[in-house]
Amino acid sequence: MRGISISDEPVIRLVDVRKVYKLKAGDVTALQGISFDILKGEFVAIMGPSGSGKSTLLNLIGCLDVPTSGELILAGRNVKEMSDDELTFLRRDEIGFIFQKFNLISLLTAYENAEYPIILKQGHMDEEGKTARMMKLVGLGDDLMTHKPSELSGGQQQRVAIARALVNDPALLLCDEPTGNLDSVTGSQIMDILKGLNEQGRTIVMVTHDPNIARSAHRTINIIDGRVAA
Amino acid sequence: MKIRKNVFFQLASRNVRLNFSRSLLAALGIIIGVVAITTMGILGANIQLAVSSNLSSSANSIIITPDTGSRGGFGPPTRGTTTLLITDNQVREIEQAAGHNVVVPIHSGSDLIQVGTKDKTRVTIYGLDPEKVSNFVEIAEGSSLRGASSGVLIGSTLAKDQDIKVGTRIKVGDESTGTNEVVRVVGILKSKGFGIDLMPDNAIIAPDHWYTSVYGNQGEYQQVDILVPSIKDIPPIKDAIDKKMNKKVKVVSITDSGALLETINATIGQISTFILLLGGISLLVASVSIFNVMMMSVKDRINEIGVLRSIGTTKSEIRKMFIYESFIIGSIGAVIGGLISFIGGYLLVRVIGTTNYFFTPASIMYVPYGMAIGIVVCLISGLYPAAKAANLNPIEALRHD
Repeated sequence: MRGISISDEPVIRLVDVRKVYKLKAGDVTALQGISFDILKGEFVAIMGPSGSGKSTLLNLIGCLDVPTSGELILAGRNVKEMSDDELTFLRRDEIGFIFQKFNLISLLTAYENAEYPIILKQGHMDEEGKTARMMKLVGLGDDLMTHKPSELSGGQQQRVAIARALVNDPALLLCDEPTGNLDSVTGSQIMDILKGLNEQGRTIVMVTHDPNIARSAHRTINIIDGRVAA
Repeated sequence: MKIRKNVFFQLASRNVRLNFSRSLLAALGIIIGVVAITTMGILGANIQLAVSSNLSSSANSIIITPDTGSRGGFGPPTRGTTTLLITDNQVREIEQAAGHNVVVPIHSGSDLIQVGTKDKTRVTIYGLDPEKVSNFVEIAEGSSLRGASSGVLIGSTLAKDQDIKVGTRIKVGDESTGTNEVVRVVGILKSKGFGIDLMPDNAIIAPDHWYTSVYGNQGEYQQVDILVPSIKDIPPIKDAIDKKMNKKVKVVSITDSGALLETINATIGQISTFILLLGGISLLVASVSIFNVMMMSVKDRINEIGVLRSIGTTKSEIRKMFIYESFIIGSIGAVIGGLISFIGGYLLVRVIGTTNYFFTPASIMYVPYGMAIGIVVCLISGLYPAAKAANLNPIEALRHD
């Protein structure tokens, strides 16, 4: 376990979480009573085949959706009772998203992309140099600060996305196939960054279908047919 | 380069720059709309101001004419016409009602005149007491009428058209009208414009004794004017004349230039409003264009909206970002439209008439008004697309490619 300290305090707690989508053709149950804890400092991989419900689970953990029933406690707060704005603030303050497609804002420079969550939270520019520190942490040089995303390589874009995910010092980093759009060398560099962040105490939940990537995690939760596989 | 404090305004302005051609085309609609309503507004205001100014020179007078709706037994009609007249007795009644205000009985008719060998032309001829002429007109050249003289005054337009100078002799009448007189011009009048008491610009003003000696109608007049110091004095005098003269049947019509001024202003105002509404149609078309551009902007940025929402941007912030975008497009259109309206409006007013009133608040206010309407139209057009963007489901928006 590389000597990482994992506390007993859960960052995420799911208790019998169900998610049912009401469609015209009939109800579709995506998650059928999922329960698990993710502790502070853990690096957890979520795996499962297509249609297993892992994307639904990721959306719930990322507070982009709420459970139909059951309880989802994130950073001590029950998301089911929260308004849309409260969920948005929770995403802004407690969750750092890292997407497969990087999802940087094309209109902003690399620096501005990383700085954006600080402006959202504080209402003003980063005056403490946190953005620059995070960019340095993920290995981005000053020369790339003013580049637009289209002027960066995939690996550089993902580093900017990681810096953006970190600037508000979230309780949880949520990664959705973070190496899925990268070549193996760049992918392993990104995984090294994530492992390094975890070693510094960051809690990371990563959805992946690649068992090699999942091996970087402390444990893997397999989802099959909307349930946690034994 | 760092993002300014208002990151949403920055995102909006950068998107406008990124899609510059599209945004400019949308702004073009607003430019046309703003120019249409502003120039039309300026034009209407300038016409109104010019007419009001011309009329206001005769704004403090009451005009009494025989009521054409009754057959009250006035004197015989003037030669060849069926016009009713106001008698001397009636003038005395009017004088009693008018108190100390100046009462001017006026003869008027028309006749052919000929200057030298030029073609004959028909003009209005007024017959006035020479002592009272100065109450109505100002002399530009020469002198005013004198008591026993038969010299006449000539309106500015007539003088210019017929090349009449002080001292010119004019032949009045011919075989067809039954008159054959020659009069000498003693003075040329300043231009007066449109008035309801006298319209002397294309007329001859002759002494009343000359008029009655040529056309008859001694002691009978086409109209009587009462000149009052202030518009406030008009209503009581009108009431007094009405009570005195229109007891059982209406024998005289009483008009005051102030009321006419209001009516004309109201009519011009209505025409201006109608023209403004026509201009408004172009703004309506522009609003559809803005709506379309904003909807395209939302559609193009669905994934970006999903990302912004997922990393902590609220619905209201997304809404704000798109409203800023329509505000920026509207402002570009309004500023360019305002400038074109200012220059174009000036040129248009100059071509049509005088620019004397262009810089008055009533005229120039249409520039900021037009610009404000342009921006408001853009903001309204952007409301639905902004709401649509804000209400996108972040999960579906993130999946959008």
